[in-house]
Amino acid sequence: MVLEFQKPRPIWQIMFSTHHTDIGLLYLILSLAFLFLGGSLALAIRAELFFPNIEGTGQIIADSMTFNRIFTVHGTTLIFLFIIPFASAVGNYFVPIMVRYKDMAYPKLNAIAFWMIPPAAVLVWLGFADFTWYAQPPYSIISAPGPAADMWIFGLKILGISSVLGAINFVVTILKCKHPDMSIGQVPLLAWSFLVTSCIIIVAIPTFAAALLMLLTDRLGLSGFFNPAMGGDPIAYSHLFWFTFHPEVYVLVLPAIGMMYEIIPRFSRKPIYSYNSGVFAFVLLAIVAFSSWAHHMFATGMSFTEKTVFMVGTLAAVPASAMHVFNFIATMWNGRIKFATPMMWAVGGMALFFAAGAGGVVNSAMPLDFSTHDSYWVVGHFHLFVMGTIAFASIGFVYYMFPYVTGRMYNETAGKAHFVLSFVGTVLVFFTQHVLGLYGMPRRVFDYPPIPEWIAMNQIASVGAMIIGTSMVIFLINMIYSSAKGELANIEDPFGLGGKYYYPFEAKNPHH
Amino acid sequence: MSGHSNMPEWIYIAVVVALMTWVGAEAWNAERLVEHVPEGAEVIKVTAQQWFWTFEHEDGTKEIGELHVEVGKAYKFEIESKDVIHSFNIHDYVVLMDAVPGRVNTVWFAPTEVGEHAIQCREYCGLLHYNMRGTLYVEEQSS
Repeated sequence: MVLEFQKPRPIWQIMFSTHHTDIGLLYLILSLAFLFLGGSLALAIRAELFFPNIEGTGQIIADSMTFNRIFTVHGTTLIFLFIIPFASAVGNYFVPIMVRYKDMAYPKLNAIAFWMIPPAAVLVWLGFADFTWYAQPPYSIISAPGPAADMWIFGLKILGISSVLGAINFVVTILKCKHPDMSIGQVPLLAWSFLVTSCIIIVAIPTFAAALLMLLTDRLGLSGFFNPAMGGDPIAYSHLFWFTFHPEVYVLVLPAIGMMYEIIPRFSRKPIYSYNSGVFAFVLLAIVAFSSWAHHMFATGMSFTEKTVFMVGTLAAVPASAMHVFNFIATMWNGRIKFATPMMWAVGGMALFFAAGAGGVVNSAMPLDFSTHDSYWVVGHFHLFVMGTIAFASIGFVYYMFPYVTGRMYNETAGKAHFVLSFVGTVLVFFTQHVLGLYGMPRRVFDYPPIPEWIAMNQIASVGAMIIGTSMVIFLINMIYSSAKGELANIEDPFGLGGKYYYPFEAKNPHH
Repeated sequence: MSGHSNMPEWIYIAVVVALMTWVGAEAWNAERLVEHVPEGAEVIKVTAQQWFWTFEHEDGTKEIGELHVEVGKAYKFEIESKDVIHSFNIHDYVVLMDAVPGRVNTVWFAPTEVGEHAIQCREYCGLLHYNMRGTLYVEEQSS
């Protein structure tokens, strides 16, 4: 058992360790730090949009370029420095234990994959680029200023390599290092989500890695792949980008679903309704993930046939996602549910996942996409996934892991207050942004015309964001205070549920 | 795993698949009708650049930041860009099409009522993206 804070070790022992729980801890601390950093940028964005700029009043951020840099780094940070490293944290802690192996398959590779992230983060944050998280050429080639853009490109390059190394490690650990008595059909669903996710990463990321290199040489003027002035095609970049990053959406969301599969049956005190349909839906999502990338590009002048193909590919993902939701509800049905903090986050995340998916059907229907595309609808839609589903499942899992990592219990009341405030805030921000999109407000704007409906909607959204911000302060205090001074957890059954946890009792502290 | 029937899940999946099929079919049909440009639509050339819109009518008149059209007529926009990608948007008429340098995208509309509508850019294009706006004036037909 590794109780990081009860048996303190010098920090360098953890930093230079290759043990999976130590690397998991490093991932955990890094990802939560960037959750707070990226989140505070979101608060800056919402503060700026609280008032429209009328004759110099209502402006908080000095100029639009600063604002553009803020939302670019906000998106890059939360996707690449919070969601992905957080999934790696959970995977590092739990996957080896779930497949009953002593460590990850390649411990040193594991450490290398982690230690690539801090320098990449430094590049992204010191550069503070302005071309949005998808660096669309030709803007990113001919217009984006200075070293910031190049630093972003190198940062993402490093993060991509780190993801691929981590993914290889998970695939080998699960397929080759699982206990010989364990068939692949007995691997828990959380570990299955990592297997499927890692396969998607290995197939999808190299495309973007190539596109990034081409973007860099284009910026240096050595080539013109995406530069129309040199005979290139900017839409080719969109295809390469979304071929990686639509599947990447599933890379982000599947581990979160896996975390819900760990929490929901445990706190319903029932086995999962259907393990098989969970596995089937994971694999199906991994396949259809690759059939829908160009639904991000309906308005780039695609032909009717192309649009139809990608609409059908997108709609195909809906039944598979719906199977997960069905599985969660059927698991809870007639269960003796204990709504402790992790369960509240998981169920809240499930509800918002459903809402996000329902909104996504509207986006994918071709004629409706022209009303919602690049508007605040899209912002609301994907934030319901990244915040409402992924961050909710992740934060629920932080509470779930807390006794294991620290040996202490968090404050339950503060945890529940955190959930209630975050849920209310999330609904206020992102449901409102859907409506704002229907009113026609474009995304990525520093300012907007003073239309009364737009002002009202923006102010509701900003208030919601501040509520989430408040709840995150409660979270931070709870985590810091409880890890030092919290009640000692009953490590056999910290949540008083009975039954067996996947807590790694048998994992050995590397230094004992 | 055993001890319960999978019937509810199959029914649920069937309902979801049926719903998605219906959404897909409706969308396909609507888009097919929407994309059909009526004959005799007047061509308006739209040129986007950082950070304003230029419109050129068939008779050669040019407008910057403003577009005057007549009610009841069909118009076909031929959209291009001089620098980076923009997106031409008249939200009230669900006109949305990217302006991509190096290619010409088309979209059409037929205003139904006299009035003023906002024209805006919906694709991030840099410093003044938020202010890349124009106005559409729909006027009575001149005889």
